[in-house]
Amino acid sequence: MAINTDKNSYTIIFAIVMVVIVGSLLAGFANGLKPMIKANERYEKQQNILYALGVNNNEGANDVVFIGTEQVEEEFKKYITKQLVIQGDQVTEDDQAYLIDISKEENKAKKADYQRRLPLFVANLEGEELYVMPVRGKGLWDAIWGYVAVDKSMTVKGVYFDHKGETPGLGAEIKQRYFMDDFTGEKFLHGGAFKGIEVAKGNNDPKNEDKSDNEVDALAGATITGDGVSAMLRKDIKLYVPYFKTLNN
Amino acid sequence: MGLLSRKDAKLITDPLADNNPITIQVLGICSALAITAQLKPSIVMAISVLFVMGVGNVVISLLRNLIPSKIRIIVQLIVVATLVIIVDQVLKAFAYSLSKELSVFIGLIITNCIIMGRFEAFALGNGPWKSFLDGIGNAAGYGLILVIVGFFRELLGSGTLFGFQVLGDPVEKTGLYAIGYENNGFMVLPPMALIVVGIIIWVQRSRNKDLIEEN
Repeated sequence: MAINTDKNSYTIIFAIVMVVIVGSLLAGFANGLKPMIKANERYEKQQNILYALGVNNNEGANDVVFIGTEQVEEEFKKYITKQLVIQGDQVTEDDQAYLIDISKEENKAKKADYQRRLPLFVANLEGEELYVMPVRGKGLWDAIWGYVAVDKSMTVKGVYFDHKGETPGLGAEIKQRYFMDDFTGEKFLHGGAFKGIEVAKGNNDPKNEDKSDNEVDALAGATITGDGVSAMLRKDIKLYVPYFKTLNN
Repeated sequence: MGLLSRKDAKLITDPLADNNPITIQVLGICSALAITAQLKPSIVMAISVLFVMGVGNVVISLLRNLIPSKIRIIVQLIVVATLVIIVDQVLKAFAYSLSKELSVFIGLIITNCIIMGRFEAFALGNGPWKSFLDGIGNAAGYGLILVIVGFFRELLGSGTLFGFQVLGDPVEKTGLYAIGYENNGFMVLPPMALIVVGIIIWVQRSRNKDLIEEN
């Protein structure tokens, strides 16, 4: 029996059947895999925060190797002593603070009467108190984000950057060791005031030996991603400055 | 007797050389330019396309007598999109770090014109086995060019292969860099992929004169 595939009614029925089959197939997949994907995302956040602190499984000079997913929850509990949520002047403890969605908070904060909830992770690393802050901004194609670990004086102890869709070999290099490691030792403050850290072209310091210039050497061919990193650090770290002022008083 | 008849084997070998989707048919150029700055994403992209094209071609071929011609392009799009989403979700659940690395490329497979091109030109008119071979062959031809371009761009642009510094350290000035060699920053930019593809086309056509079109 040959089917007349040109009839309008057949076309419509075919389209409906196709959509129902494909829709339920994808819904089934998405639902079945959701718990695993959620868990992976949670582990990833913990791994990223620990990485910024310098807790990782790096071996070679170019490695970016996280703590394994099996141990990450344990290690996270070990190093992170407190998870704080800063909202205006109020500081509360919340052990789910690492799950706060930064981009949602940022959108909500655009409304005048909403005080943004800022997560801050207090870590104890070999006796030294360190603070990890999440940052989020825009690269060339899509979102970029990261975690910045600083000490009390807002001197960087380590960073971790990631991106959604920057160009491989160019903007995507922000998650390479040679870029991230450059931030270590840089200061967010300059002469007591907040200045940020600029990803600078032509600062004549390719090996990044000058740690007091508030600048790191930019990536070739990734100007917009680099500017995105500068802007992200300036905008998000600034929000934490009042808290650090209270710490130092 | 081999596994494949000569005609079937041609379906796989043709797209590797004389009917290569990138250098001869000039399809799939967009992704070839975008992701070949390094070797690793090139290879993973090639493998992902191989899967999507192999399965997609078979699905379209099985449905070929049922698909209404008026909406066939949409049906093809849905098949590609479904496969790509499944790949993406499975990777996210079972190989999270790998899926992070590929990020946007997996989604980009949907827009790869080779896939739609083969669905339209081959799978709609041929049986599932032939379509499968055709899909694999074309994806391999595409992947081959990707890997060649990725190899040269990463080597000459960053002095690395798979992220390993094979030419020495550019900052410490060891290896080739000790005698004054410099990385060519142009190679990491997309336009240079076009030039590398152009050189491949040139080499291919000068070796096989039959490929040169006459005006």
